Amino acid sequence: MMKVVEGSYAIADAVRCCSPDVVSVYPITPQTHIVEHLSEFVADGKLDCGYINVDSEFSSLSSLIGASAAGARTYTSTTSQGLALMFEVLYNVSGMRLPIVMTTVNRALSAPLSIWNDQQDALGARDSGWIQIYAENVQEAIDLTPQLYKISEDPKILTPSMSCMDGFILTHVYEPVEFLDEEKVREFLPPFRPEYVLDPKNPKTFGAFTDPSWFTEFKYLQHQAMQRSLEKIEEVSKEFEEVFGRGYGGLIDTYAMEDAEIVLVTMGSIIGTIKEAIDELRSEGVKVGLVKIRCYRPFPAEALKKALKDANVIAVIEKDVSMGYESALLTDLKGALYNSSIRTPIIGFAVGLGGRDVGIKHIRSMVEKASKVKDAGIESEFEIFEVKPECL
Amino acid sequence: MQESLFAPGHRACAGCGMPTAIKLVLDAAGPNTIVTSPTGCLEVTSTPFPESSWRVPWIHSLFENAAAVASGVEVALKKFRKTDINLLVIGGDGSTFDIGIGAISGMFDRGHRITYVCYDNEAYMNTGVQRSGSTPFCAKTTTTPTGKLSLGNPRPKKDMPAIAVAHKVPYVATASIAYPVDLRRKVKRSLKADGPAYIQISAPCITGWSFEAGDTIEQARLAVETCLWPLYEYVDGVLVGAKKVRRKRPVEDYLKTQGRYKHLFKAEGGAEVLAQIQAMADANAEKFGLLD
Amino acid sequence: MSKCGVRMVVEPGSTEITKTGAWRTFVPVFDHDKCIKCSLCEIYCPESCIHQIEGNFVPDLDYCKGCSVCAHECPREAITMVLEE
Ligand SMILES: Cc1ncc(C[n+]2csc(CCOP(=O)(O)OP(=O)(O)O)c2C)c(N)n1
Ligand code: SF4
Ligand code: SF4
Ligand code: SF4
Ligand SMILES: [Mg+2]
Repeated sequence: MMKVVEGSYAIADAVRCCSPDVVSVYPITPQTHIVEHLSEFVADGKLDCGYINVDSEFSSLSSLIGASAAGARTYTSTTSQGLALMFEVLYNVSGMRLPIVMTTVNRALSAPLSIWNDQQDALGARDSGWIQIYAENVQEAIDLTPQLYKISEDPKILTPSMSCMDGFILTHVYEPVEFLDEEKVREFLPPFRPEYVLDPKNPKTFGAFTDPSWFTEFKYLQHQAMQRSLEKIEEVSKEFEEVFGRGYGGLIDTYAMEDAEIVLVTMGSIIGTIKEAIDELRSEGVKVGLVKIRCYRPFPAEALKKALKDANVIAVIEKDVSMGYESALLTDLKGALYNSSIRTPIIGFAVGLGGRDVGIKHIRSMVEKASKVKDAGIESEFEIFEVKPECL
Repeated sequence: MQESLFAPGHRACAGCGMPTAIKLVLDAAGPNTIVTSPTGCLEVTSTPFPESSWRVPWIHSLFENAAAVASGVEVALKKFRKTDINLLVIGGDGSTFDIGIGAISGMFDRGHRITYVCYDNEAYMNTGVQRSGSTPFCAKTTTTPTGKLSLGNPRPKKDMPAIAVAHKVPYVATASIAYPVDLRRKVKRSLKADGPAYIQISAPCITGWSFEAGDTIEQARLAVETCLWPLYEYVDGVLVGAKKVRRKRPVEDYLKTQGRYKHLFKAEGGAEVLAQIQAMADANAEKFGLLD
Repeated sequence: MSKCGVRMVVEPGSTEITKTGAWRTFVPVFDHDKCIKCSLCEIYCPESCIHQIEGNFVPDLDYCKGCSVCAHECPREAITMVLEE
């Protein structure tokens, strides 16, 4: 049954359906409504979990380390400044192989202070050892929640994961969504049963200190688990589709890719607008298609090579900048293709920074620039899109 | 022969006061205990992978988050209806007084049933004896060196137990490795408290304080006997007891045996500082009623 | 967890495999006749390596670092530190 609710409520409900044992969250715009709805569920007895009203995001994720090591399924969510404050803990969680699941609401990072959406926050946490999957819309974000638990808690993976969703655009939108069926979630998602927990009857030491003779091996195994998760993500995605009847592709998805010459590559909610722009352009005869990245870490290099092999021009559109170079996805994609036979020119655009609106006309303009590359070669490999002319 | 819950083979310096503190705390808490520790000498010397000295379940995450990690353990155990397990944080003064104080405040404030134990060696020892908020007045550390313009740490020791009391936690105490019976009793009492507890244990560091080999316990004893380390207990915010000092000794007896105070007996202005430190000891004696 | 020995948890009390006795320069020698069995040496020893065996307090030299805390604290001066050859 479809219901019209706010995105944040829908996420809170999806979390409730996954029956976390411990939830620990700290409010920050535009993630706050998720926190509030979760506390309402707890207050109403609809969610039976330990709920920690923490003193900071640093403590929220830290407290989940203790809870997870004690055997609890755990949940937190944050955005922007909160994620940045968690930075040290992010690496610690993944290194300790604790399958914590987090909703990362995407928002710009200060300064200047901005509460609006871009993806600089999560992109900055790219190397922290967390699986990162980006949702295109609220329904996908809902459906990701149980999938991430299933992926993260797999004994062969044991890697934390974040579901990334664009702030305001998805958290505050009211749209019709299909809620998760609790019974089905229980079938789909087995209970969390870690091999070792903090238990006086079996008193293990968690989080020992390593010298150089061991550290590399820890990192190697962590990396291997991440690599293994590529397959797991595909598998869980298919399984979810079988049980719930909704699918989004696995690591990536495609749109209008048949005979596409210009291929846009992106992730997140901007895809909605891009699809509309593509429909327009296609009706005008422009051969443009889309590759949607769902899973950004681990990076789906093989899937991308396959999807992009016939493109004439690739344009990466994303909401982040690695200061002093270019945007992160652009660099990653070029890296993935470099040793392949694909010699397609790739250009990149940083858009939507700090909540700047990206409309169909902007997408059209980027496609236009990309089509010029097809004939005239690359003029500008990377640009921050639509900077006020007087600033240039 | 009862096996210590803190196994030998750890890598603490010979004569370190901290392992004795840990042993006494675990002795009192018993095997039905889970410990969280922050980064610091204790963590590094007791868990060199693939070894561990801990015979109770133990977890380390970061330098500044042990109180938050322990909070999560407590909430998870409550969810699993396992409420009979003793929960301890055992951390150094740097993580307690400085970088972890926000997380500790949160833990106190939320009322978790956890005893937070600080083994206090009065500096960041693991990183090479830098000043912490716990470093006493005019002690020399590597970041408060003595020099033409400096007599060491310019600030008095932060009053962490008072900060704990201000959180209205049910139990706060100071203890010393030189008084093992008192220490164990306090740990036991803290674990019966219906909420968070804080215990701060004097645990001299031979490397950072530079005193003579074998003198570790004597140092801790002198701190108490000079009234620089009063042993007291607060229950529900009320001072309920303080260990009497039978023969109060001048602070010089304590200070002169340690390298970190050597300059006070030579440098210009040292005499005034000694008088100031004596005044601090006298104020403690007065405030806590240490003398008969 | 893995064949190469990397594990996310470590076994309790496993530092016992490291014999820190190798650090020692001076060794505590106990005079059992002077001993009044107060057990203070056992309580204070940072290595938890003094044990009462058949009534007598003896240091486990596998772990004793020779810190001389026991010798300083013994109320009967029953422990002497001797340079180990
Ligand atoms: C965020 C962070 N900052 C700094 C450090 C470096 N560091 C590790 S242990 C330590 C000092 C520990 O001091 P204390 O808590 O008093 O314990 P001790 O080593 O003295 O027993 C410092 C500064 C760190 N590990 N993490
Ligand atoms: S530096 Fe000090 S506190 Fe650290 S192990 Fe050595 S003596 Fe103990
Ligand atoms: S010398 Fe130190 S380590 Fe050795 S037995 Fe005595 S107290 Fe223990
Ligand atoms: S401290 Fe001295 S008297 Fe007491 S038990 Fe040890 S050896 Fe015997
Ligand atoms: Mg310290």
